[in-house]
Amino acid sequence: MRVNTDLKKIASLLIFLLISVLISSCSTSPDQGEEQGGGNLPESFAFGRIATKQEIDSIDIDIMPDGHGLPPGSGGVATGDSLFALKCVSCHSGSGPYAKLIGAFGDTVKAKTIGNYWPYATTVFDYIRRTMPFNAPGSLTDDEVYSLTAYLLFKNRIIDSITVLNSSNLATIEMPAKKLFVNDDRKGGKEVR
Amino acid sequence: MKEELEELNNDFPAARFNRRSLIAAATATAALALFRPGNAQVNTNLLITDPTKIQGPLPGKLGSRSRYENPEKKTSDTSSRTPLQDLYGMITPSDLHFERHHGGVPDIDPENYELLIHGMVEKPMVFTLKDLKRFPSVSRIAFIECSGNFRTGKETMTAQEICGLTSQSEWTGVMLSTIFREVGIKPGATWFLAEGSDAAVMTRSIPVRKGLEDGMIAYGQNGEALRPQQGYPARLFLPGWEGNTNVKWIRRIELSDQPFMTREETSKYTEQIKDGKVRQFSFDMDARSIITSPSYPGSVEKGWLEISGLAWSGRGKIERVEVSTDAGKSWHSASLQQPVLDKAHVRFRYLYKWNGDETEIMSRAVDTTGYTQPTLKQLIDARGKDMGGYHLNPVTAWVLKKDGRVLFKPENWRG
Repeated sequence: MRVNTDLKKIASLLIFLLISVLISSCSTSPDQGEEQGGGNLPESFAFGRIATKQEIDSIDIDIMPDGHGLPPGSGGVATGDSLFALKCVSCHSGSGPYAKLIGAFGDTVKAKTIGNYWPYATTVFDYIRRTMPFNAPGSLTDDEVYSLTAYLLFKNRIIDSITVLNSSNLATIEMPAKKLFVNDDRKGGKEVR
Repeated sequence: MKEELEELNNDFPAARFNRRSLIAAATATAALALFRPGNAQVNTNLLITDPTKIQGPLPGKLGSRSRYENPEKKTSDTSSRTPLQDLYGMITPSDLHFERHHGGVPDIDPENYELLIHGMVEKPMVFTLKDLKRFPSVSRIAFIECSGNFRTGKETMTAQEICGLTSQSEWTGVMLSTIFREVGIKPGATWFLAEGSDAAVMTRSIPVRKGLEDGMIAYGQNGEALRPQQGYPARLFLPGWEGNTNVKWIRRIELSDQPFMTREETSKYTEQIKDGKVRQFSFDMDARSIITSPSYPGSVEKGWLEISGLAWSGRGKIERVEVSTDAGKSWHSASLQQPVLDKAHVRFRYLYKWNGDETEIMSRAVDTTGYTQPTLKQLIDARGKDMGGYHLNPVTAWVLKKDGRVLFKPENWRG
């Protein structure tokens, strides 16, 4: 009884394999990563669902270089200074593992700092809000992020000590290192770039 | 108790006996067989290792490595590197795939996973993992390499330490072009943001052109689900592009008409070149190769040896690999293991009869664009002495010492 069932299974498997081989040998096999689905792509698969505005807004946190995405709120240097001492200095002090945030453009600081390397002020806000502080990522309020951004830009001699940052002035700050950036010009071929 | 249950579920007749007593009996028999008259000494090594005298373990639910093989990734605070010198062929075992992440490895329940696509699209949409798997799928073997994949400094460095931030898998997923077609990309959308759901909420801006060309949302790796360390349950996969753009644990894609200028494409993953300029959006990984055998900490003996290693290019296929056994004075074509795939590691081999004199062996890759892997000096000449640490792919030399030791030949350019 047991043996018969097994034999039937094997026989049907063999027939299946034979058919599979015949089918696959009739069609050309596409190169890896190319056209799939045998060219029968429908207009729409109707998988997934339409996203609501609310769910987009809940995770659409990026800030663009033109300031798009900056939230309401504001913050200044003094508040940023105390916040930095409270929440950032353990990593970003002289002896911390990630000390290299401060060094004005043109200074002799070798490290790549916000002042001498970062091309957009909006990136400072985006990154702090996105993932800082290390031990509690994403826990800062928007006002706190504005304050820390102001403090760091002040320490890098990009804004003065009385500037209060908000959604309308942050993106207008011209970062000194922006002019250094060029697009990748490597393109393969004989020349080493 | 567990063992007993397993035995009950097993059809193999031997399993119906008590396994422990069987093994004990076999061991005793083996021990007796090893006693010889007039020789009181027992070969204890043979006693333990003669596999023909002991029933082995029964079939198991998961395979495992031999207990004599212990390949390991080499870890640091920010990455762990593939032991290239311990591997054969072109596939990296999934548990040895290099890791580089910026906020640790998140634990994501596939039931709760969602990918949001919005911005300049006709239909902003959310796809569950199940949705993604319903689309037509594609598998592709290709490497992923971190663009910060070069270390040097001392003779006692392994291939793993020099450039272990490259690994190769077979990736399975849905083409991004299929997904983009589903949501409808608006005219003028030229970039998209890829965002991960790790603690770094990693973001990179990617040209739509690349997404349409060969981008993939991958959920499979070497025949099974992605490893958490490689982005479980789904990641962006951009063949041939710097590792960092292959955003893991991807949760959101936003279409736009400009790049987002995230931290990972401005303050990081950009490199200084000549005249103080900084190169940005350096996506393609240039052709590279490294001899993985012989290499430190291995050793060689006089006579024939097979020189073997990996070569790859993010711009296409490897056209050829050349090997030098005389410190770069002359070069010879190595044989390439088929299939040679696009944007994939290929195994190269070259037979060499070493006469025992000290010499340097090295390899250089040439890809289908005609690009030849440069020396460090060529890179410095092209980019300047202050060149950044990304996209360094220099020819790597090993020194064969007279006593058979194999040492890395470090070349430093920073004072």
